[in-house]
Amino acid sequence: MKLKNKFRFTRKALAYPYMLFLLIFVVIPLVIILINAFLAEDNSFTLNNFVEFFSDNGGGLTVLGNSLLIGVVTTVICLAIGYPVAYFLAKYHASNKVLVLFFIMPMWVNFLMRTLSTKAIFLALDVELGMGTVLFGMVYNYLPYMILPLHTTLVSIDHSFIEASEDLGADKFTVMTKTIIPLSLPGIMSGITMTFIPAISTFAISEVLSSSKIFLFGDAINMHFSKTTNSFGVGSVMSLVMLVLVIVCNAITNMASKDEGVKSAL
Amino acid sequence: MKNNKLKKLCADGYLGLVLAFLYLPILLIIIFSFSGTSNFSFKDGFTLDSYKALFSSDVQTQNLLEALKNTFIIAIIASVVSTILGAFSTIGIYCLGVKTKKFVLTVNQLPMINSEIVMAVSFMVFFAAFSWLFPQGMVRLIIIHVAFCTPYVVLSILPRLQKMDPNMYEAALDLGANPFKAMFQVMFPYLMPGIVSGFSMAFTLSLDDFILTQFNKGDTGIETLSTYIYEDARVKSLEPFWFAVFSIFFVVIVTLLLVTNIKRNVKKEGKA
Repeated sequence: MKLKNKFRFTRKALAYPYMLFLLIFVVIPLVIILINAFLAEDNSFTLNNFVEFFSDNGGGLTVLGNSLLIGVVTTVICLAIGYPVAYFLAKYHASNKVLVLFFIMPMWVNFLMRTLSTKAIFLALDVELGMGTVLFGMVYNYLPYMILPLHTTLVSIDHSFIEASEDLGADKFTVMTKTIIPLSLPGIMSGITMTFIPAISTFAISEVLSSSKIFLFGDAINMHFSKTTNSFGVGSVMSLVMLVLVIVCNAITNMASKDEGVKSAL
Repeated sequence: MKNNKLKKLCADGYLGLVLAFLYLPILLIIIFSFSGTSNFSFKDGFTLDSYKALFSSDVQTQNLLEALKNTFIIAIIASVVSTILGAFSTIGIYCLGVKTKKFVLTVNQLPMINSEIVMAVSFMVFFAAFSWLFPQGMVRLIIIHVAFCTPYVVLSILPRLQKMDPNMYEAALDLGANPFKAMFQVMFPYLMPGIVSGFSMAFTLSLDDFILTQFNKGDTGIETLSTYIYEDARVKSLEPFWFAVFSIFFVVIVTLLLVTNIKRNVKKEGKA
């Protein structure tokens, strides 16, 4: 017994270097962002960065609002297109792995290549670059990230649940809304986070597909940290806002999947 | 019965439409890479000019090859390092006490859930503060990629480790293996599927990365594939040169994915 404890101790020690690594390269950088948010250019303490972000003339809130709007619209369109895809794939082509792969494959193609390709096509078609093209680019880029988690949960739904609800007299619509959609909620939630967070924080897609006309949160962070502007303080505040959004989104996702876990256990 | 068939037909039609949406831009680029123009017309007929530009435009091709080399150097080193770091750390994390374990796994999740741009700027300010310790350049980029990829490796090995019968390790010890041997000859072989998928995930993540590198390459002139495309093709309109490059990449990636997946499926079916 004593011997075993000793071995346990040595194996546990294998985690220590990584814990140190995480502390240095994940935690400390985020702490520095937090500190930066309270620093003026001459390194003195200030709350001006927050004031500048939340006041009207800084335009921080407008950018945030626009990004959230584009993020929500992108996510809703992706869900509306992606859910039927995942559902049909699970229903009619569950064994056809290659077909599923075709829907996921664009994830592996460099997103700049895909975005620049769509831009070239829009230019050739004389489509004016703006909100519409940015939304197209967003949906085009993030649709596979929505389909993947949806497909994973929909395939794993036990078919007897569906049969049971049919036997109990549910019509097609009720089966969909009361059985299939609730059972796929974890997939829906993780699909939403996988599209929403990148969609509000990306910076190249909006820049390329609107010729810098549409300015999103990611573009703003990029600008504040660029060498010419060099306003790290406001940029740090924006990063913190982004971090809060990420944490909130994840808390909601976790709650939804836990909730689901309880429900399916009952 | 007929009704069902009709439904399936509609579903297939829908799937086809979405596939068209996903692949039309890619197909158009491939088709018009043979036109030698960048305005999507065949006014000069079928030509290989775009591909010839790969060999004639010295500067661009040189830069592209250089960027490709950097991309692969970073991806290979970063994925190997994060796989080794991840594999040992996962075993360590698994043996931690419940509370510490939960805490470490939460921190481990941060790079995965956090938006990439926040990660990128946090590295940027961190390295600006400690620039005397970590000089600009490849090493910095590799550290960043390791920090970004290792959490994925840990999370792809951990479930496998949790499924492993702890008696296996104990048995190896009882049979006279020292802990070192037990780990390398019993644990690692069992964990291999998780390690392999962790490695391939780390490799593709690093290969595909744009934002982390863009913010942290500094003024060393190091470009990876993504950052070079961004620098060169974003400002100007897409030149025929890039039509050829993109087409080659599209075809290579699609072929690679199809071949590996079909192979895997065949293997599985063979076993079953």
